Amino acid sequence: MNEHAPALVVMLPIIGAVLIMLIRHNNLNWGIALLSGISTIYYSIILYLNARSVGTISYAMGGWEPPVGIEYRIDEFNSLLIALIATVSFLILVYAKSSLNIELKKNKISTFYSMYLLCLGGLIGILSTGDAFNAFVFLEISSLATYVIISMGNDRRGLLAAYQYLIIGTIGATLYVIGVGLIFIITGSLNLYDISVKLGDIELYRPLLASLAFITVGIALKIALFPLHAWLPNAYAFAPSVGTAFLASTATKVAIYLLIKYLYLVYGFDLVYSNQIFIFVVLSLSIIAMFGASMIAIFQSNLKKLFAYSSVAQIGYITLGIGIANYNGLIGSTVHIINHSIIKAAIFLAIGCLVFSSKIVNIDQLAGLGKRMPMVAVCITVSSLSLIGVPGTVGFISKWYLVLGSLEQGLWVVVFALAVSSILALIYVGRIIELIWFHAPVGGMVSQNKIPFEMIAVTVVMTIATIYFGIDTRLTGDLAKIAVENVLLGEQL
Amino acid sequence: MSSTIYNFISSYNYYVIIFLMISGLFIVVSRGNMVKKLVGLALFQTSVYILYISPGKILNGTAPILDDGYSIYSSPFPHVLILTAIVVGIATLALGLSLVIRVNEEFGTIEEDELFDNEPNNE
Repeated sequence: MNEHAPALVVMLPIIGAVLIMLIRHNNLNWGIALLSGISTIYYSIILYLNARSVGTISYAMGGWEPPVGIEYRIDEFNSLLIALIATVSFLILVYAKSSLNIELKKNKISTFYSMYLLCLGGLIGILSTGDAFNAFVFLEISSLATYVIISMGNDRRGLLAAYQYLIIGTIGATLYVIGVGLIFIITGSLNLYDISVKLGDIELYRPLLASLAFITVGIALKIALFPLHAWLPNAYAFAPSVGTAFLASTATKVAIYLLIKYLYLVYGFDLVYSNQIFIFVVLSLSIIAMFGASMIAIFQSNLKKLFAYSSVAQIGYITLGIGIANYNGLIGSTVHIINHSIIKAAIFLAIGCLVFSSKIVNIDQLAGLGKRMPMVAVCITVSSLSLIGVPGTVGFISKWYLVLGSLEQGLWVVVFALAVSSILALIYVGRIIELIWFHAPVGGMVSQNKIPFEMIAVTVVMTIATIYFGIDTRLTGDLAKIAVENVLLGEQL
Repeated sequence: MSSTIYNFISSYNYYVIIFLMISGLFIVVSRGNMVKKLVGLALFQTSVYILYISPGKILNGTAPILDDGYSIYSSPFPHVLILTAIVVGIATLALGLSLVIRVNEEFGTIEEDELFDNEPNNE
């Protein structure tokens, strides 16, 4: 079966999703979801090890040879992200059962698991496919599942958030298809590798530039790059906690990978970065995201919304590395994709625990949390500190590489922006930490549900990961280095 | 002058596509009614289908069915792609409309002005 692993990592979650819709039995379905989650992890690790030992794997889907058939290309970069996303979403699934019982109506739980797996399958599909149009189909599969997940929460504003995201997400996907269509008209091919070869001997002219613009803007809508982020805060705030943790830690990261793939592997470094305006736009939008979104986060009263805006700011860090575009900058981006995924999973899972035990939605309700729920309070504190980038946490590693990268390019403004945005993060995180540890509990607390073991356990595991990978960077930093060296900068080095 | 006209006529399909695209996008942005927004979205998506289909047509080419009498065929490739895209478009539209129905059940209106007036907490 191992030679079919590229197809299996995509198929297993989708098969699980269909089975769950057919069976519709809440507890049994949790089991099915866990089973397909863990088998996806197994095959993703096999994929990664294979990619490390034999190099890029090319898999012809259905036996149709590329470039005519759909090709799945697995390299050290995307298999690393597949393994990351499979693992994070499995851990969130373990956590999901109790949380969903509280937050969703009984008859919706099966549908939620089904949509969760469908979204996971779509995301892994985007990562592994080497076909431009196939990537669009997977983008829409995962997006459609996401809209359903967002609309399922108990808060009726979730419906509006889902609708808003549906409109913006569809426009984004359609812009992406327009870009792919222009490339198709120019090269007559949809296989990304084939396109990159054919573009190699074409000069930069207007249709090509237009396709680059369409694809970048289309994917940027999915990434929620700063001026295009309008859908994200409401979507994260009103989705069920499990859904928020899942989306925040996976969906935007996959879209960022797709953008990196286009910039580096399809259009190619020389073509994209010979264009000074492009670098300027990416860099300035990233810096505006880091400032603007952090500023807005400071004034939020809804806990989930605060961290949603912080996500927009953190996405700015990742795109900043893409804009810096040297070795260390790219490592910074790649490491931060992994690190931010872990941090945001930890934070939103901890918030899910709070919602579970005492329906905490707003920040002022956090007062005195350190005394009432010390475990969850420590998790929130530690993972928020890694958002700032305190040394010893994962956030520090990402910022370290980003600062190194910008110093090498002589971008002093960027270094300054990184420092100031960390201070802004300190303000909104500091407010939370102060409330948790230095304020007395508000009188007349609502009755508390006891948080089940598995919810606490997963949250603690995620939190420990944010510290562990901050101290021991062998797993995240070195694997990111290998990915950047072998895949993205293969020709430049 | 004649070459300008020739250029225009030889690529008039793209002008049509761009017109449809812009009008679809304009409807999405300017209308407050949720159903009308979805109509605009559908128009926007449909214009992209034509963008794909039109370069596949080859002058004097026939339908791609092998036959001794013909040697030039239009490319069937974009048609296959657009079949997939149409399915995706239908799924999106269906989900969007079902969301609108749920919004109408919960809020009693599908006009965005009224929705956001009722929800002060919704920035």
